[in-house]
Amino acid sequence: MKEIEFQYQSDLHQEGEIPSDIRTEELTLNMGPQHPSTHGVLRVVLQTDGELVLQATPYVGYLHRCAEKIAEKVTYRQFTPYTDRLDYLAGMNNNLGFALAVEKLGGIEVPARAEYLRVIFAELNRIASHLVATGCYGLDMGAFTPFVYCFREREYVLDLFEAVCGARLTYSYITIGGVREDLPDGWIGRCREFLDYLGPKIAEYNNLLSYNHIFINRTGNVGVCPPDLALAYGLTGSCLRGSGVKWDLRKATPYCRYNEFDFDIPVGRGEKGTVGDCWDRYFVRIQEIGQSVRIIRQALDKLTEGPTQAKVPRAVKLPAGEIYYEVENPRGQLGFYLVSEGGTSPYRLKIRGPSFCNLSVLPVVARNCLLADVTALLGSLDIVMGEVDR
Amino acid sequence: MMYVPERPPVEYKGLSLAIVRLATKWGPAGISLLLRFAWGVFFAAIVVLVTFVWAVRRFINPLLPWFIRDVVVVVGLLAFVCIVAIIGIWGERKVSGRIQSRLGPMRTGAWHGWAQSLADGLKFVQKEDLIPRDADQPLFRLAPYVALVPAFCAYLTIPFSLGWVFRESDVGLLFVLAMLAIEVLGVIMAGWASNSKWSLYGAMRAACQLVSYEIPMGLSLLAVVLSVGSLNLIELGRAQEGGWFSWLIFRNPFLFLAFFTYYIASLASCKRSPFDLPEGESELVAGFHTEYSGFRFVMFFFAEYVAMFAVSALATILFLGGWNSPVAGLCSPLWFVLKSAFLVWVQMWFRWTLPRIRIDQVMHACVKYLLPLSLLLFVGSSLWQLYDNRAHPAFEGFAGLLHYVLGGVGLLLLGLFFAGAGYGYYNRNRLVGSMVRKHLPGA
Repeated sequence: MKEIEFQYQSDLHQEGEIPSDIRTEELTLNMGPQHPSTHGVLRVVLQTDGELVLQATPYVGYLHRCAEKIAEKVTYRQFTPYTDRLDYLAGMNNNLGFALAVEKLGGIEVPARAEYLRVIFAELNRIASHLVATGCYGLDMGAFTPFVYCFREREYVLDLFEAVCGARLTYSYITIGGVREDLPDGWIGRCREFLDYLGPKIAEYNNLLSYNHIFINRTGNVGVCPPDLALAYGLTGSCLRGSGVKWDLRKATPYCRYNEFDFDIPVGRGEKGTVGDCWDRYFVRIQEIGQSVRIIRQALDKLTEGPTQAKVPRAVKLPAGEIYYEVENPRGQLGFYLVSEGGTSPYRLKIRGPSFCNLSVLPVVARNCLLADVTALLGSLDIVMGEVDR
Repeated sequence: MMYVPERPPVEYKGLSLAIVRLATKWGPAGISLLLRFAWGVFFAAIVVLVTFVWAVRRFINPLLPWFIRDVVVVVGLLAFVCIVAIIGIWGERKVSGRIQSRLGPMRTGAWHGWAQSLADGLKFVQKEDLIPRDADQPLFRLAPYVALVPAFCAYLTIPFSLGWVFRESDVGLLFVLAMLAIEVLGVIMAGWASNSKWSLYGAMRAACQLVSYEIPMGLSLLAVVLSVGSLNLIELGRAQEGGWFSWLIFRNPFLFLAFFTYYIASLASCKRSPFDLPEGESELVAGFHTEYSGFRFVMFFFAEYVAMFAVSALATILFLGGWNSPVAGLCSPLWFVLKSAFLVWVQMWFRWTLPRIRIDQVMHACVKYLLPLSLLLFVGSSLWQLYDNRAHPAFEGFAGLLHYVLGGVGLLLLGLFFAGAGYGYYNRNRLVGSMVRKHLPGA
């Protein structure tokens, strides 16, 4: 891989000259796997000089559950619940990615109503996931209140999910060939009510956190990840868009009729610092919540009557062949590389977790920064360890 | 219809069961009348204190030698300090709950969870006395005392009203500042003795932050001292008799600003948000008290709230008229506690609103902005003192006018605050949004 030399922007962090007669040592600091702001069980070993972090090395694997190996032992339908547990904050999107990969290889056609329902639930889950990211980022920055507000709003999304599939976290709702259940009575009204409610709340978050002077000082110009670096390290999703690269699979290679919807791709513009800093990545997520609301409104309007499931046999059998299919998850591009030998379970399933690739940029960017900046950077990358380790 | 599960009853055991039972049974009957009419338990504390001090002065003082009076007053102060800490912790949780559209503790003690701090304290006392194997034992044990005891000692010279002071001292202000400064020693001790890198980071942050912010804090107070000409806290309070416009904060524009520099510096010296880096949860786990649990942790926790009230009390005495009422002639310790409680509440308000700033920004804010500003205020205030007298009648007239203008600005700020708070309170159901409104009781 091409090594990219990266210079930290701020003049605050340049190493001071140490008199030669004083011998100083670097302190190795073990951050995690139990640490409040490593978002799960990430372990980062920091080489520090006082508050200055010279090097940060992430160690992963504390949440490894052999998801890929399990896929080889269970049938296609049986693997759907396992996808819920990859990125446990975006179960719907994971279901969708896996279902699409299987359908693409098996040549299964999905009814129109199911397609729109998939879009609605994928976007609702994107909202829920971004709300968690926003709230937790506030928490990482020491502001507790936005966290509680965001989780309050997320609860309403989860109520909507619970009404339709009974689960609040691991849905398995989007299955091969469509969705599991049709909407219950009055669900569309509840969903519209929530969308009306969410709009003013985003303005509230912006006033409370996004445009807070302290918050901007903590995140602007911090953890800058320039576009070329982001591309070189395979960053996707809001991390890539935060670096100013206008790339979104929903626009680039539309799936699930995303081409029918009118929405924008928010990108980082370096509004409060440099393009690709933590604030940009954070604010892209805030803007994406608004875009998801737009998509859901359109999808609710387009929703037609009809079946929600294609005629797919209980034991799905795929023809021999292979496919790599990617969808735009809240955290980036979730890819499924599926190799089939013609049976009821895959020969090999390789999952590309966006969090894992996003995390890979940490040791490059978290160099010569302050201890608190590592927290800011980790939070803005918005990793979910269930997906990093799979 | 959504399924709302029944909440299981909270189970208590042993001593805590007895206390909670007592509180739940006697709480509503015994104290609710008293509490419902007053804001929180602060008033209850005051009533107890007033009665206690009156009884001591009326009956005990004439009969007993001075040292017994001292012991009695110190015990009373200790009780007051404990009540301040307990109510402060409970208040913090209620304030944070209200800010975050929650209720906060509601169960223990029946009336808005008033006994929650007591129950928590009880829980901490019952916990295992845990010291890390590699910790520096003596230092580890000593540190909580070094943090808490000086914070308490600060109260020895803080007057609650005229005559309501343990020791009237000519250097009372210096004594309080010195005592508050010792706290950092306990924090460093704790960080070092824990033998944990995270604790050490917390301790180092505390050291550089607390020591740095002592300077603007002291300089801001010095501006006041200069314009009154005394370090005696009683004298400082007495200089502000005569209502709202004679409070020192309105005496000249430099003192007006000095109040704010002092307040910001005091936030930092109490390790309160946005300066809560020494215990910054998301960075340092829990900072200097990461390894502490049980009663030792309670002592650090107490020390924080005790110091919070102490710096607020200092701000009250030096800037906000101390025990003098906004209307002339109604001097009472009630005013003193009320104003201090208000400042403590503002500290809590900050904590639940603002993010935390970074360590380099903390030092920049101090060295680049707060320190020059407080120096400027000190010089400006002394120059003002030079000209605001009989020898310069024109300037004296101008100053007299300006001091009413500043008082007006203060009234305006207070009015805006209450108007905003009232607006928010009466429109809370509308402001909170349709989805939340549906979940409110009575909806």
